[in-house]
Amino acid sequence: MGRAMGLAGLLLGLLLVPAVLLSTSLGRGDPPPEPELGLGLGLGEGPLAAAAEDSLWPLPQSLRTSRRQLQLAPDRFQLVHGAGSSAGPGCGILQDAFRRYYEYIFGQSRWRSPGRRWPSLRRELSQLQVVIAAPEPGCDSYPRLASSEAYYLTIAEPVAVLKADEVWGALRGLETFSQLVHEDDYGSFLVNESVIYDFPRFAHRGILLDTSRHYLPLKSILTNLDAMAFNKFNVLHWHIVDDQSFPYQSMYFPELSNKGAYSYNHIYTPTDVRLVIEYARLRGIRVIPEFDTPGHTQSWGKGQKDLLTPCYNGEQPSGSFGPINPIWNSTYDFMTKFFKEISSVFPDAYIHLGGDEVSFDCWKSNPDVKDFMKEQGFGIDYAKLESYYIQKILDIVSSYNKGYMVWQEVFDNKAQLKPDTVVEVWMANNYAHELSSVTQAGFTAILAAPWYLDYISYGQDWKKYYSVEPRNFPGSEKQKKLLIGGEACLWGEFVDATNLTPRLWPRASAVGERLWSSSNVTDLQDAYKRLSNHRCRMLRRGIAAEPLFVGYCAHEARG
Amino acid sequence: MAAARPLLLLLAALGPAGAVWPQPLRQLSPPAAGRCPLSPGLFRFSYASGSAVGPGCAVLDEAFQRYRALIFGAARSAESKQPWRKPCTELSVLVSTPGCDGFPSLNSNESYKLHISRDSLLLYADAVWGALRGLETFSQLVGRDEDGMYYVNETEIVDSPRFPHRGLLLDTSRHYLPLKAILQTLDVMAYNKLNVFHWHIVDDPSFPYESFTFPELSKQGAFNAMTHVYTASDVQAVIEYARLRGIRVIAEFDTPGHTQSWGPGAPDLLTPCYLGKDPSGTYGPINPILKSTYQFVTSLFQEVGAVFPDYFLHLGGDEVDFTCWKSNPQIRAFMEEMGFGDDYTKLESFYIQRLLDIVSSLGKGYMVWQEVFDNRVKVRPDTIIHVWKNSPPYKEEMANVTKAGYKALLSAPWYLNRISYGQDWMAAYQVEPLDFTGSPEQKALVIGGEACMWGEYVDVTNLAPRLWPRAGAVAERLWSDATVRNLQDAYRRLASFRCELLRRGVQAQPLFVGYCDHEFDGV
Repeated sequence: MGRAMGLAGLLLGLLLVPAVLLSTSLGRGDPPPEPELGLGLGLGEGPLAAAAEDSLWPLPQSLRTSRRQLQLAPDRFQLVHGAGSSAGPGCGILQDAFRRYYEYIFGQSRWRSPGRRWPSLRRELSQLQVVIAAPEPGCDSYPRLASSEAYYLTIAEPVAVLKADEVWGALRGLETFSQLVHEDDYGSFLVNESVIYDFPRFAHRGILLDTSRHYLPLKSILTNLDAMAFNKFNVLHWHIVDDQSFPYQSMYFPELSNKGAYSYNHIYTPTDVRLVIEYARLRGIRVIPEFDTPGHTQSWGKGQKDLLTPCYNGEQPSGSFGPINPIWNSTYDFMTKFFKEISSVFPDAYIHLGGDEVSFDCWKSNPDVKDFMKEQGFGIDYAKLESYYIQKILDIVSSYNKGYMVWQEVFDNKAQLKPDTVVEVWMANNYAHELSSVTQAGFTAILAAPWYLDYISYGQDWKKYYSVEPRNFPGSEKQKKLLIGGEACLWGEFVDATNLTPRLWPRASAVGERLWSSSNVTDLQDAYKRLSNHRCRMLRRGIAAEPLFVGYCAHEARG
Repeated sequence: MAAARPLLLLLAALGPAGAVWPQPLRQLSPPAAGRCPLSPGLFRFSYASGSAVGPGCAVLDEAFQRYRALIFGAARSAESKQPWRKPCTELSVLVSTPGCDGFPSLNSNESYKLHISRDSLLLYADAVWGALRGLETFSQLVGRDEDGMYYVNETEIVDSPRFPHRGLLLDTSRHYLPLKAILQTLDVMAYNKLNVFHWHIVDDPSFPYESFTFPELSKQGAFNAMTHVYTASDVQAVIEYARLRGIRVIAEFDTPGHTQSWGPGAPDLLTPCYLGKDPSGTYGPINPILKSTYQFVTSLFQEVGAVFPDYFLHLGGDEVDFTCWKSNPQIRAFMEEMGFGDDYTKLESFYIQRLLDIVSSLGKGYMVWQEVFDNRVKVRPDTIIHVWKNSPPYKEEMANVTKAGYKALLSAPWYLNRISYGQDWMAAYQVEPLDFTGSPEQKALVIGGEACMWGEYVDVTNLAPRLWPRAGAVAERLWSDATVRNLQDAYRRLASFRCELLRRGVQAQPLFVGYCDHEFDGV
């Protein structure tokens, strides 16, 4: 039978499985080879000290940890606001995060009676004090591209201190702290004295979900936001509508989803959308909706008459429709109103306007469109018509004080873009060259091309995603800085609630570390070990993340 | 952005009620077929008078309950208030051969006839196993109209499987699968009319089978001896759960390779490998030169043969690496003594030969992976050769195996763990198992096939969506007539069957874009 792992897989398996087994069972033997952490790690050489970093994901920028262990007592340990913090008990984001992370840290041990006292043979860590330094902590605001996610975490007896400029950094630091606490053989919760200074390498670290090819129940989206926070992702790119269905329930144009959704059960109501935005905000995640036009809009046509271009068969309309009709005023009236709604529903400063894969066949077939081309002096260059349309949409959206993201074709077709436009590079063919062109033109770029996670293959493909170096394109230092991040995309042709989570996690985690950690964190063996443990932790927290390879977790998914 | 356009742009049409998966041998619907309304409150299954089995027959009693729940879900349960008979309130089942307490076997008769008219709903089967298949078909025929009314259209079905062995392999060694995941898989197998659960229960990475003869095997060899094991009662539960669904459980204890996890709990069982003159501390395949090995194997298979009621055991025999044997001086001396020269396949055959004799003496038949045949081990005439390799092409192997007069079982094109982008169920579906060079007698020796879900990258988190509905493609290939192979028709029926699976709570992934009325809400 054999299926066997293939030689490479086999070798790797032999090398790596023992490491997984060691770190998940607690009776550790020899520590695995010292990982290259890039930054000083000198103190922790004993087997127990190694445990802490063995499961950190994504790896912090700077980490020093000692062998001195502190014990946390579930019935005494507290997450609190520290002295001098600009945030206090009125800070909803932190209050919720304190409760959440307490659960993640001690989750399985809630059976302990609150009054029970454990004889503490070790030094105890009694508090994690969170201090927000900025005068305006940001408790009621939304995360932004420019938000500070940096934090400084010192864990020492008797209290740990987590300092961050804004609440967003505190959220990241809480995640790291929760990853450092581990349970020993006797059920004690231990953390090593450590000092961590951490910040993201890239400001935009996104996951794209597609709710048009298949509808994703609200619960799936929320669960995914949890997993994103565990991996320090900070952008949900919500590809909410497309050709196949229009699940977004518009207040101005309810017919769009009445007619364009798969069914009345397959829609996102305004309440659903608000819930997603708030759930994401509490985890420091921005929600950027994508309303892709003028292509990918078949489902819009069902609920909005005269929006799409009628295609012709010779002299007669064929009955089918193409992209949005760019030649009518009514189109722009509709878009003006529609994007007014979108701009107010979604608080983020950016809207994704799509602009990809416009097929010109239908436009070419339509006599009115052809007349218009002539009138405008476009000749037979339909890219000009596309740009004409996009230009008007960009102006509309700009007028609502929103910035925009677009797929790379909009740049390629030379539409005139505002300087702060974010161009998303998705075409796998020579994406380095595209990054170079986009940044040379002075635009901000986001990379998605090597991270189309819907393209599955046999084996450990996370390594491929992990090994991408986003800044590896020809260009000046200034150009490199214009690459602000990336997105892992899970297109929905073959994905719905049944397979979303195991297909996304932990494969997207590989992208998460690439976008957060230092560029020299590239050791696959070390990553395998940490990611295996991180995956087990995700299982414990209720995320059905699939295995990297052979092995097991102490707490398996329930199934 | 945009994921590439798939090859086949098919709409995810919701199939009408009446599209059955796998497709029955013959289905006739009268031109003016009427519609029989079914009332959740009134409808019931019953034994026809003259049936050789009746109330008390656990296989059918339980199936009646199961299918009522599957058909009507949470709709009102049976409470027969009206004394008079209405049309379509009862499906009568007539089984002509007695027998409810046995186990299904390779020779079980799974054929059935289903008669649906407004006058009567009748299911005929030779044996209870056929009745189970007929109940599944009936449940798939039931539809629901816009008003929520359940109905079934008038129709006549005559059905029987093309191949008697329609299996699914699960691997519980690379990753442990909780009992619940196995039982759920058995449910879905029954929905697909698959009838063999090939339980690849142990392998190199772990030994989760709790042996009462050799408890140390799982104590030392399981991932975790307390949590990642199958106790005797777990195994019994699997076997009985499968039996009630007409599914055989064939256990595989693969030797002499793939046995690393056996070593810690069975001292001296594995071959010590050498580095030059000294043992290296690592171990290879089972040590074929020690008497103690055969004593151990005899005791273990005595237990396994008794625990698993099926006539067949799967003895593995694949992928034996000779490096360790070659390094070991005692083995080399033994080779010389036996006159094997440098041909280690002879040593492998020596071991397998003795193993087969042991298993035969226990009154069991066996299945083996194709290497055992390739290495010319003398096997009994009723041995089943399991063809898994793609090189040389499996069609050649099928021809060779059957030419030598052995029964053949096909898995090579159905390694469902090997995933790829897109609608790969189509490739699995288009396989024709009998498409190899050989006489009709040879073709008759092909008893079926198995879809394999090896566990390197699969555990309970992704098992169900990776398996379903992809394994459904294999199920139809093995059940339905060879002429049933139109992809577009299959797409339509499989997409609709997949929605039915969701409705039944199965985490079956989508074939392509679209939706189901009942989406999966488990997350």
